[in-house]
Amino acid sequence: MVNLEAAEKQTITSFWASVDPAAQGENALQRLLYCYPWSRRYFAKFGDLSTISAIRKNSHVRAHGHKVLSAVGDCIGHLGDIKGHLAQLSKLHCETLHVDPANFCLLGKNITICMASHFGVTFTPEVQATFEKLVTTVAAALSSEYH
Amino acid sequence: MVLWDAAEKKVIASVWAKVDIEADGFQALLRTLHVYPWTKRYFSHFGAMSTLKDIESNPKVRAHGRKVMAAVGDAISHMDNIKGHLSQLSQLHSDKLHVDPANFELLGNNIVIVLAVKLGNDAFTPEVQATFQKLVAVISSALTREYH
Repeated sequence: MVNLEAAEKQTITSFWASVDPAAQGENALQRLLYCYPWSRRYFAKFGDLSTISAIRKNSHVRAHGHKVLSAVGDCIGHLGDIKGHLAQLSKLHCETLHVDPANFCLLGKNITICMASHFGVTFTPEVQATFEKLVTTVAAALSSEYH
Repeated sequence: MVLWDAAEKKVIASVWAKVDIEADGFQALLRTLHVYPWTKRYFSHFGAMSTLKDIESNPKVRAHGRKVMAAVGDAISHMDNIKGHLSQLSQLHSDKLHVDPANFELLGNNIVIVLAVKLGNDAFTPEVQATFQKLVAVISSALTREYH
C-alpha cells in the first residue's frame, strides 16, 4: 500500500481543486492517443483518430477523457485505499477491456504533462512529486486484479 | 538511423530558441532529484540535497543542470548523427560514472515537463510533445549505446 504523508495529501487535494476534469481529461487523452499511436487500438469504436485534427474533433475523446480524469479525481477521496477503491475497475480493464497495463503508466505520464502545460510554474516540483506518486499508485491499483 | 522530417526539425529549432540553458537545465535536474530521490546517489559530491530547499540552493545542481542542458543543445546541433556525437559521453557514463541508463529516461521526462511548464498548453501541443519525446528518447538511446 502506498502512503501519502499528510502534507502530500494536502498538496494534492488543494491542487486538484483547480483541475477541470473535462478540459484536462480531454487534453491528456489527446496527448496519449497522438504520442503513443498504438493506444488508439483500444478506441476503435471512437471513429477517426488517424490525425491530430481528427483526435481533436472527436467528441468521444472529450467524453472519455472526462470520465478517466474524474475517476482519477475520485481516488483523491480514497487516498487511504486506492487499491481497494479501484479493484472493480481493475477487473474490468483485465477481463472485459483487455488493456495492457503498461498503458496505465503512459496515460499517467500524459496526465502529468497535461497538468504541467496547463498550470505552468504552479506545477512546482513538490506538486509534481505528489502528483506522480498519485498516478503511479492509480496505475498499480488498476493492475492489481490482473491475472 | 534516426530520421527527422522538416516539421520536426522546425519544431525543435523554434522551441530550443526559447530555452534558457541555465534556468531550464536547473529545473529539469532539480525535478529529477526531487521526484526520483535515488538519483541523488549519483551526486553525493554535491553536498546537501536532502530537502527540496537544499537542492534549490545548491550551486552544483545549478551548474550541472546547465551542463546537461547545453549537452542536449549540442546534440540538437548534430541531429543527423546523435548516436555518433554522443558515443564518448556514453562510454563515460558507462565506464566512469556508472549510471544506470534507466535514469536517462527519467531526466528526459523532466526536460519534457519543464518545456510543458514553460510553453503552456497552447504552445506545448501534442505534436510538440511527440517531437520532444522522440528527441529525448533518441538521446537516451545514444547515451546507452556504448554500455557493456
